[in-house]
Amino acid sequence: MSYSIREGWEAVIGLEVHCQLLTRSKIFSGAATAYGAEPNTQADAVTLGFPGVLPVLNGEAVRMAVTFGLAVDARIAERCVFARKHYFYPDLPKGYQISQYELPIVYQGKLDIELDDGTVKTVGITRAHLEEDAGKSLHENFTGVSGIDLNRAGTPLIEIVSEPEIRSPAEAVAYLKKLHQLVVYLGICDGNMQEGSFRCDANVSVRRKGETKFGTRTETKNVNSFRYVEKAIEFEIERQIDVIESGGRIVQETRLFNPDTGETRAMRTKEDANDYRYFPDPDLLPVLCSAEYIAAIGAGLPELPEAKKARFQKDYGLSAYDAAVLTGSKQLAAYYEAVVKASAAEAKLCANWVITDLLGALNKLGKDIAESPVSAEGLAGLLKRIADKTISGKIAKEVFEAMLAGEGEADAVIKARGLVQITDESAIVKAIEEVMAKNPGQLADYRSGKDKLFGFFVGQVMKATQGKANPDAVNRLLKEKLAG
Amino acid sequence: MSLHELSLRALAEGLRAKKFSSVELTRHYLDRIAAHDKALNSYVTVTAERALAQAAAADAALARGQGGPLTGIPLAQKDIFCTKGVRTACGSKMLDKFIAPYDATIVEKLHDPAGGAGMVMLGKVNMDEFAMGSSNETSWYGPVKNPWDLSRVPGGSSGGSVASVAAGLAPVATATDTGGSIRQPASLTNLTGIKPTYGRVSRYGMIAFASSLDQAGVVARSAEDAAAVLQAMSGYDPRDSTSVERPIDDYLGGLAAPLQGLRIGLPKEYFAEGLDPGARTCIEAAVKVYQSLGATVREVSLPNAPLSVPTYYVVAPAEASSNLARFDGVRYGHRAEGATSLNDLYERSRGEGFGAEVQRRIMIGTYVLSHGYYDAYYLKAQKVRRLIYEDFRRAFAEVDLVLGPTAQSVAFKLGDKTDDPVAMYLNDIYTIAANLAGIPAMSLPCGFVGGLPVGMQLMGNFFEEGRMLNAAHQFQLATDFHRQWPKGFAS
Repeated sequence: MSYSIREGWEAVIGLEVHCQLLTRSKIFSGAATAYGAEPNTQADAVTLGFPGVLPVLNGEAVRMAVTFGLAVDARIAERCVFARKHYFYPDLPKGYQISQYELPIVYQGKLDIELDDGTVKTVGITRAHLEEDAGKSLHENFTGVSGIDLNRAGTPLIEIVSEPEIRSPAEAVAYLKKLHQLVVYLGICDGNMQEGSFRCDANVSVRRKGETKFGTRTETKNVNSFRYVEKAIEFEIERQIDVIESGGRIVQETRLFNPDTGETRAMRTKEDANDYRYFPDPDLLPVLCSAEYIAAIGAGLPELPEAKKARFQKDYGLSAYDAAVLTGSKQLAAYYEAVVKASAAEAKLCANWVITDLLGALNKLGKDIAESPVSAEGLAGLLKRIADKTISGKIAKEVFEAMLAGEGEADAVIKARGLVQITDESAIVKAIEEVMAKNPGQLADYRSGKDKLFGFFVGQVMKATQGKANPDAVNRLLKEKLAG
Repeated sequence: MSLHELSLRALAEGLRAKKFSSVELTRHYLDRIAAHDKALNSYVTVTAERALAQAAAADAALARGQGGPLTGIPLAQKDIFCTKGVRTACGSKMLDKFIAPYDATIVEKLHDPAGGAGMVMLGKVNMDEFAMGSSNETSWYGPVKNPWDLSRVPGGSSGGSVASVAAGLAPVATATDTGGSIRQPASLTNLTGIKPTYGRVSRYGMIAFASSLDQAGVVARSAEDAAAVLQAMSGYDPRDSTSVERPIDDYLGGLAAPLQGLRIGLPKEYFAEGLDPGARTCIEAAVKVYQSLGATVREVSLPNAPLSVPTYYVVAPAEASSNLARFDGVRYGHRAEGATSLNDLYERSRGEGFGAEVQRRIMIGTYVLSHGYYDAYYLKAQKVRRLIYEDFRRAFAEVDLVLGPTAQSVAFKLGDKTDDPVAMYLNDIYTIAANLAGIPAMSLPCGFVGGLPVGMQLMGNFFEEGRMLNAAHQFQLATDFHRQWPKGFAS
């Protein structure tokens, strides 16, 4: 049941996504960025903000930001500038975050999102700027004090800011999923939302339909799953409409989403907001991206989801739906292409197996394509046996179950379980004759015109052959025999 | 002559000729520090043990025929440079207990026996708190006295650097200059002090005051000594993005060049109202010396120079307010006892840890960067800064060096200006422009007024340290101002 906004109202939504870049070292120092290390073991003098240390920009972070910019059709700044954003917090070692303010590296991009009704909507990307992540404050497991872990401090981020062009929670989720898919495809982010590699803040306001001015907005912070984003925005829209309809006014404020209640609550108002006192960081030179540098990165861009989807439709004759599912992730698309290549089976058959059987099974197991117990080569081995009629499609399902359970490759399972298809016509005829002899009543009925009973006979024959009889041969021979 | 009266070249020759060892030389200085520094307060930390170990290592290296021209020669480090395992307090209560976990790049360059110059660190010398001051009176460790008159200030912020060298408690010292902190104290203590081009010396490990203005340099008893140490400190550092990748000129090798045809410009704005008549007389006499050495002299104009002080007092506090935000009592430095909340911890730690002048500049800087004021102050100041740079660009199209006063007058009395921040700020009126433009500048002795030293300032185009040092050295060959010692400290 999808959410729809109250009659006469419109929501205006803009999203800010913090996306951790997959560099090996931090954005301004050589400390490692790997997640999950013992607290403060990945914090060098620069990360800790010791007196006298200086930042040195990690070129790989710049390359990744440019990669993103090119993938969303954005402009790449010839000259961008790092700025200091000041506020005091224990997990911010220098008392300022190095970010970009007036001159971000990426600006004026766009992302096409597909809505449930199949229409495509373009959402503008205002900017994407490079910055350093803060550390983490740990309040659990401590009494009277808080713990500070600065391992994350200095991890490179791009903050991707959308135009306020999103109009519903569903659109917001579609945008986020598309963005998530893109950054993972590009290999610039691992997309792990639970570990905070991809985090979203939602700016939401409402206005009466037809109004051209924006209403006052609130910003809901750090909503760390697609479902929570949808819930948080829904809640915020409803809350704001309630406030206005009952004669109140929306206060510009930062709010926090509580996943347990599905509600947002006020964290701080604009009045308490920090004056960040941005100014260009004098420790870092402006970053210059030459046309040659940008072109070289462009030449190395991987095939993007949209292009891959179009190619799948064209090259494999797939429907838009199938192509979209199969290009949902880079690994899934690669898996599918490997199956097609290795099996030499019909592309459509491969698609059906990957989408219905494989993804269905993985879903039940709660596993990712990368953790699939059946490899692309393994699945191809099975599809080959369908194509060469060693087994029927029906038997193939049984073989696939066995493969998932770890009983080995398709051929081994077929052999061990004696599932080779019966194509010997005399054996099939023998089975047909036995079934006819056992069911004289049905035979008489059929012959007097009850055509529907044909299915009954097919079923009986298949049962008698433990499903191994070639279905085409059964059909043909049964027709002949039943006709008498 | 006593060991402390020898030039660095003479010390190097003595060490090589085994007339004395580095350990003996180091002991000589440690003894002098013990004898004289109570009166001066120039050292904050004396690292005697470490110094003697470095000296012994230097002696061993020299005995093996290794080492360079500075190996085994002692030096005092301004307490703004991080020194691994040694307290680095930056003149502040905030860092009174701070032991730096790493060495600044220049500390490596000067002291490393293998990759560096192998010099001996005698200790860390006093300074205005976080280098904010022109009299060394803002230090948490108390004021430094001027060896020429103990009732007077040595200038600041590198007050400990100049007092230690002027009194012969170190042969040479590092210093830093954000608005004149090398040149003004050198001028007030009869020393030669050079602030190189912004980016010439790495800032890594030098505790930041105003990042776009800060530059490390050296104070010495002659241009020749300064040239030798600057040579060892300079160079590109991949850890400092603002350091410049460019070969270092041979400063020592260039000292002997004759000055015939050198074009010197006298900025008329530097000889206007405010300059002490006695100091003016000294500088005018110095100009005549240059003419006698073959230089041509003409007037130039730096029309925006009078805007230097207000521009500086927007830019420097703005950057300082940001750079000093890290001193929050959380990870290192002073932490207030019994804080009741996070904000209370911040407010009290910073309120207790920083002195009045530092707090004043943090407040000014915070104000000028605030929303709604940024354009009117910070942005405007950056534009004026550009104009000041343009002034120099035009001047250096006509002349090779610009010559003028370093300070308005000789050293003033302790306490004279502590209640009047603006009067204190005006001390840097002649020195600030070079920092705003990023050009190299130096001060060297050019006479005495009432027994107190007067310095003159040379300013050069970008990376023209060599030409400046050459001009200073030739002047020092023709004069003996720089050879004068303050009474009671010579032998």
